Amino acid sequence: MATEKGQKVVWFQAAGCTGCSISLMNSSYPDLVNLLLDELVPGKGITLLFHATLMGPTGRPALELLDRVPREAAGQYVLVVEGALPTGHENFGRVGEVPMAARAAELARKAIAVVAMGSCASYGGIPAGAPNPAGCIGMGELLRQEGIGVPVINVPGCPPHPRWFVETLVTVLARGLPAPEELDDAGRLRNVYSGLIHEHCPRRPDFDVARFAPYFGEQGCLYELGCRGPFTNAACPEHAWNGGVNWCIRAGHPCIGCTEPDFPDRFSPFFRKLSLEEELMTYRRQG
Amino acid sequence: MSRLVIDPITRIEGHLKVEIQVEDGAITEARCTGALYRGLEEILRGRHPLDAQRITTRICGVCPLAHSTAASLCLDDALGLSPPRGGQLLRNLIYGANYLHNHVLHFYHLALPDYLPAGALPGALSPGTDEDRRFSQQEANRLAGHYLEALAVRRKAQELVALFGGKMPHDMAIVPGGVTYRPTLGEVAAFRFRLKEIMGFIETSYIPDLLLLAERYHDYFGLGQVGKLLAYGCFPLEGERLFPAGVVLGGELVPFDPGEIREGFAHSWYSGDGPQPPWAEEAPPAPDKAGGYSWIKAPRYRGEPCEVGPAARAAVGLRAGTPEFRELAQDILREADVPPDALSSAMGRHLARGMETLFIARAMESWLSQLDLSAPVATEYRIPQEGRGQGLAEAPRGAVGHWIEIKGRVIAHYQVIAPTTWNASPRDEAGKPGPIEQALAGTPVSGDGVLEAGRIVRSFDPCLACAIQ
Ligand code: SF4
Ligand code: SF4
Repeated sequence: MATEKGQKVVWFQAAGCTGCSISLMNSSYPDLVNLLLDELVPGKGITLLFHATLMGPTGRPALELLDRVPREAAGQYVLVVEGALPTGHENFGRVGEVPMAARAAELARKAIAVVAMGSCASYGGIPAGAPNPAGCIGMGELLRQEGIGVPVINVPGCPPHPRWFVETLVTVLARGLPAPEELDDAGRLRNVYSGLIHEHCPRRPDFDVARFAPYFGEQGCLYELGCRGPFTNAACPEHAWNGGVNWCIRAGHPCIGCTEPDFPDRFSPFFRKLSLEEELMTYRRQG
Repeated sequence: MSRLVIDPITRIEGHLKVEIQVEDGAITEARCTGALYRGLEEILRGRHPLDAQRITTRICGVCPLAHSTAASLCLDDALGLSPPRGGQLLRNLIYGANYLHNHVLHFYHLALPDYLPAGALPGALSPGTDEDRRFSQQEANRLAGHYLEALAVRRKAQELVALFGGKMPHDMAIVPGGVTYRPTLGEVAAFRFRLKEIMGFIETSYIPDLLLLAERYHDYFGLGQVGKLLAYGCFPLEGERLFPAGVVLGGELVPFDPGEIREGFAHSWYSGDGPQPPWAEEAPPAPDKAGGYSWIKAPRYRGEPCEVGPAARAAVGLRAGTPEFRELAQDILREADVPPDALSSAMGRHLARGMETLFIARAMESWLSQLDLSAPVATEYRIPQEGRGQGLAEAPRGAVGHWIEIKGRVIAHYQVIAPTTWNASPRDEAGKPGPIEQALAGTPVSGDGVLEAGRIVRSFDPCLACAIQ
């Protein structure tokens, strides 16, 4: 926020849990202070204009900042959205008394690009789980419905690993908006979401010889306990979480597929082994 | 008389609007509006009971452990499981680490900017006002330095959660019956050294900074009071709990009976007859309801709005807690030069949060030394055809309860009452305002009231994602 060359960023929270922000605050090298104050690629950093969890101003001065952005910084800012957009009724979610979905659309209309941070902003996520009581949708869907042509880059995960956001951010800062072929069919940068968990999983040797953990806390592949690693694109095995200290499968918990579209419904019940039929269907959907 | 809407209340979790009426230099009336409904309880209906473990964890990214803990206790109860000692110790260590992250984040990053001069923090982080700033330049610089340092401290606390809990936010390892992970000796060492560093920061920065704030803003011990306090207790270990349960009414401790909890929604956007007990609650959303002004429901204990959170835990702990807690709490109260009944106040809550941070970090050191890495960490589960469960715990911001009813091996009903449901609740059937509404009413203000209201509201560390789900 100090540098003049900073790319303006507006971070807008909708129907979420702040977990994506907390996850980003767990970033190290660059840490949050680096992200806010320093050059991230040669000559370029970011200037954060709005982030409700961290910003100093409250009430009217904060709201005025948000209201002014589309007018005064049109075409100059990247909009990061955290949380899904409730569309079932305009009273389901409001910020400054305006429905969240309307605010998000208004902010997106004048943005250079939208980064959908987390599975909720990308695809609806947990609040869009059946029966989707608040009619939650992701940013891509919202912009389609509103006829807004601004590009959307998804950074899914519940929450995403901070590294996936940082990779996406510095890619955009260094090279500009990604070409369509750089995004996969779920709208994620291919170089960030580059393979199935199952392909890089340290428990894979167990899977290959059908040595399955019979219960939580036991040795072996977690497939029988419901692991969705074979169907989930994420770099968890490579990056591990929280400074690399651990991650779901290492900690004996099956992957629940938190980076995939239609999470949670496609994978729920989480602790049930997929039937062969479901497996075949899932593979087909993967294309 | 002027009516003022403060929306959004920033530096809290989620979407809260507060409306105040100011007359003759004082807030006469306040209303809290929780502005987001997702309907997670509805989403749980009909799912496999264990899905509640992972889905409720995702209610909140700041305190996912509040829900993974309450859900695991609730499912333990419904499934008839008692986690082995090793599983209990690991759950407590993971949960304790969430407290350390939460309280450091709350003090430095959410609350402190309300007291720092405009220029102390860079860019958007700056509060942008110099109203009622009482620190010297030197003190402000030191505190701003600690603000930055605290970012790394809370990150380290999240690493503690991940070391034993898999990842953070949205920890994974806590499951009904225990935990999924038995850490290695090396990881126990990695945990211990991180905890030591965090402990160092708590002792040499957090507590002294807190006492300095308490000294400069001593008048805030007289603002934002509530008085009726409720704690469910938490950190169970073989039948004993680190924080006891209890209710403090009129300065007297009375035993807590969960059967006395009712949730009403007279002024909340839900239909149905209230107040209802959590196990049987039926309240479909009614976004157009006349007279409604919040998505937060109004939980009451024997019909009374109660404050939950660190002040309640400390008030109960001072009367029924361990000797270690009482000694520590009395020392800190003495240093801050306030009586115990000042805990339920804008500054008292910060003080209570600080004292329990130190207390929990010490308890974690002790739990860590009791870990037996060869002992089992989980018991097997079987989903019953029918069952009921109740899970009561303490989130960093207060009492949290989960209730489940299982029918035909799936969730027939799931109910969550979170701390901010209590604290930021609207008026109830009897017209009684919620605790934050009460805390704001009567506050003398110097300007338009936004400053005082912001400080008081943040002292509760509100979390709206939890309050409404
Ligand atoms: S634990 Fe999951 S991701 Fe790893 S090998 Fe087994 S099925 Fe694949
Ligand atoms: S392992 Fe699976 S559930 Fe865990 S964070 Fe990665 S994608 Fe999400």
